[in-house]
Amino acid sequence: MAAHNLKHALFCAIITLVISYPILGFNLESEGTSIILEGAGATTILGVLLAAVIVFLFQLFRDSVMGSLRQLPAINPLANRKPMEQSKRLRLESTLLTLMIIGALIWPFLASRGAVDLATLVLIYIMLALGLNVVVGLAGLLDLGYVAFYAVGAYTFALLSQYYGVSFWFALPIGALLAALFGLVLGFPVLRLRGDYLAIVTLGFGEIIRILLNNMTSLTGGPNGIGGIPDPTLFGMEFGRRVKEEGNTSFHETFGIAYSGEHKVIFLYLIALVLAVITAVAIRRLMRMPVGRAWEALREDEIAAKSLGLSRTAVKLSAFTIGAFFAGFAGTVFASKQGFISPESFVFLESAIILAIVVLGGMGSQMGVILAAIAVTILPELAREFSEYRMLIFGAAMVLMMVWRPQGLMPMRRIHIELKRQE
Amino acid sequence: MLEVQNLSMRFGGLLAVDQVSLDVQEHEIVAIIGPNGAGKTTVFNCMSGFYKPTGGKILFEGREIQGKPDYRISRLGLVRTFQHVRLFSRMTVVENLLVAQHRHLNTNLLSGILKTPNYREKEQKSLDRAAYWLDRVGLTDMANRDAGNLAYGQQRRLEIARCMVTEPRLLMLDEPAAGLNPAETKDLNQLIISLKEDYNVSVVLIEHDMSLVMDISDRINVINQGRPLATGTPDEIRRNDDVIKAYLGEA
Amino acid sequence: MQDLLYFIQQLINGLTIGSTYALIAIGYTMVYGIIGMINFAHGEIYMIGAYTSLIAITGLAALGIAWLPLVLIVALICAMIVSSSMGWAVERVAYRPVRGKHRLIPLISAIGMSIFLQNYVHLAQGSRNIGFPALIEGGFQFGAEDSFQTSVSYIQIMIFATTLVCMTVLSLFISRSRIGRACRAVSQDLGMANLLGIDTNRIISATFVIGAALAAVAGLLLGMYYGSIDPLFGFIAGLKAFTAAVLGGIGSIPGAMLGGLILGVAESMTSGYLSGEYKDVVSFALLILILLFKPTGLLGKPEVEKI
Repeated sequence: MAAHNLKHALFCAIITLVISYPILGFNLESEGTSIILEGAGATTILGVLLAAVIVFLFQLFRDSVMGSLRQLPAINPLANRKPMEQSKRLRLESTLLTLMIIGALIWPFLASRGAVDLATLVLIYIMLALGLNVVVGLAGLLDLGYVAFYAVGAYTFALLSQYYGVSFWFALPIGALLAALFGLVLGFPVLRLRGDYLAIVTLGFGEIIRILLNNMTSLTGGPNGIGGIPDPTLFGMEFGRRVKEEGNTSFHETFGIAYSGEHKVIFLYLIALVLAVITAVAIRRLMRMPVGRAWEALREDEIAAKSLGLSRTAVKLSAFTIGAFFAGFAGTVFASKQGFISPESFVFLESAIILAIVVLGGMGSQMGVILAAIAVTILPELAREFSEYRMLIFGAAMVLMMVWRPQGLMPMRRIHIELKRQE
Repeated sequence: MLEVQNLSMRFGGLLAVDQVSLDVQEHEIVAIIGPNGAGKTTVFNCMSGFYKPTGGKILFEGREIQGKPDYRISRLGLVRTFQHVRLFSRMTVVENLLVAQHRHLNTNLLSGILKTPNYREKEQKSLDRAAYWLDRVGLTDMANRDAGNLAYGQQRRLEIARCMVTEPRLLMLDEPAAGLNPAETKDLNQLIISLKEDYNVSVVLIEHDMSLVMDISDRINVINQGRPLATGTPDEIRRNDDVIKAYLGEA
Repeated sequence: MQDLLYFIQQLINGLTIGSTYALIAIGYTMVYGIIGMINFAHGEIYMIGAYTSLIAITGLAALGIAWLPLVLIVALICAMIVSSSMGWAVERVAYRPVRGKHRLIPLISAIGMSIFLQNYVHLAQGSRNIGFPALIEGGFQFGAEDSFQTSVSYIQIMIFATTLVCMTVLSLFISRSRIGRACRAVSQDLGMANLLGIDTNRIISATFVIGAALAAVAGLLLGMYYGSIDPLFGFIAGLKAFTAAVLGGIGSIPGAMLGGLILGVAESMTSGYLSGEYKDVVSFALLILILLFKPTGLLGKPEVEKI
């Protein structure tokens, strides 16, 4: 056994060297027209060797390491805690939620402009992740082209405002409905496919939409994108220094306060907050409704669900369409926040980030997804020196989560249903 | 109420079911028996719409249903269980029963999101029906457990309860006693008879437990190697030479 | 005449690209055939093969070794070793622990792995394009000097020949060798093969290693053909190769070859007659159509749903 372990550990250490040394140890550098090879610094080499040693030791003592790791949860103080009583927990939850929302309402007036802007972005990701959570977490449909619906929402607003001067408030429902329509039309043929095929086909759709946006230059501006997307107005009041649209007034003049660029940022933040809350509440209701249960039933066992009279196509399509609807919502807000959009914002990587949020938070779990959206958006900003490692860490985290904790950091909790006792 | 006429099912070169006919009357328990691999489950799969039969007709209350999509057949009141229990394992026991009632709860999305009184009333009704059936199969205490965590016998009972909340006309049970201990089998026996007597549901079942079959069936169909071998009352089947030969031959 | 020559040119280009797609597609099709999952990270393995061979070529040049056959063989062997090790490691780390779980889980793990590897190379080697030296130049020309000439470059011939050799060796290996037979047994019924004493874990590892080695060959060939590589180029090529695998019938090795060639030709015809911008659209559309209307592909076997 020990000899076998040693051989295996050596093999693993060598493999570690083989897959890391050539890529990390040599850097290809362009020099004029030719390329040259440069050796990496001593720290990199040392790191690679260290990694190999760690792999070697881990594999050698694998059994005892894993054994002691398994003991760990016993130390966890929460493990022996009794589950809280249902009514008490509900009360606690709603108090916490109310406090959070109040905090979120007051906070922007005290924070810096950059922070509020970032928070708006967080809220957009929350909307996206909650929407994708319906598709992936509840209905179990792996949609890798989710960003396409986000793009539909954003481009709808951009194009409508550019060609017809439509305002944010009109574009918002149109963008969401159009995204939902896209979901319906694209979803209809593909939802018969098995899970992994569905993933690839949605990925293909996402890429097709992006390529079309890139190439229909006369309509979408191609890679140059569309700029000058107007800000939202509040009852016809604009937030700019000067009124652009005839018939509108300006916010700061109406209220007789000094102009400040912050008003607009805060206003946008508040809109995003309201929309995110609406998204969360609506989806929470849907989860507790027959349609929500049907999504989960189909995820759990398609054949049993069909045998009970659920139409597979209708149920999947509803999840796909509703997910797309909220992506459209988020897209419209995004277009308004940026004032400029281009196909660059809607690449596959974006879909992958949203998926990572859902997976990390816990598929199906709303609270988990919201917290993960906050963490995933804010952490790279806090640790800017590590920001280039962001996607590397996301990728690794997705793998690790699937291996160790596929239910996510904050797994979905089943709803407790009180029944009347039978006499 | 159900009539299967000359049903055939071919998979490539294999004729799994060959000219099988059977019928089920109102208020009747009919068993399909036969050695392993005789094609019993294939007949079920054709009846419940999972397979499109390659030949023959299936009439349910006078309407041809062969080749219709599975979920439509189920909506007509023809509901089945599975040889290997198929529950929604990561959903709770109550939720399993609520899923099955989505049809009774046919409301639009908006009324659900806004919780209109009409919606609440319907939701309450389906909760009551779930509570009733949980009590009926003795799972009330398990209501909020994940279905996947139930013991095997409990899972079997939950699967039957899940069919019953859809208020079916005809229930198809695929080896309901498989994996149950003698006491559980006895309970099942009573449950199936009560389904017929108290809830006016006809039952078709596939079963290997002969004592159960002989006890509760009104009529029995024997299938061997995809072909019909005999039909009759339990007594007739017991005395049928072909059936004895087929079973002894297998043993 | 001119039109015909132009058409032939597109055909040749398409077959060249298509045969490299086929090489990558083998990795998808074998893995899918055995454990029924899409190895999303396979495109990255191919990209790593291309990088490794470029590193080897540059390193040899720095050492003053310029004899072409030696350079190519050393680069090929290096790329195959690194890619195979990577394939092996990816399976061990990301796929084996989640084997047999709900089908969404291995898939997400694979996507995570793909993102990780892309950024691993991105961080190590930078995100910009790197020129790949044209080691083999020249070719044959057909047609009159003053009008359109069809040309077949030596590199195209080499790509085609290498693919043929690889495919032949692979087919022989699968049908004759002990591991090959075990592979077939495992893809028929994993549980049964296990009972019969086949070390299924080993066979699954072998599948990943073989697929990765062929992807590395494709990496070297395509690197030379395109003349530049970057960390993202595995992703699209991976998708194309997957399309090829599905087109031919996933799980089928001749299917991967056929699918690759059809896809390559379809793409080059689109570039030649429509616009290069739309060649990706055409291959995705082809993938969607084939999945909708013939999900088993051209040479695949139908699956019966078990209840």
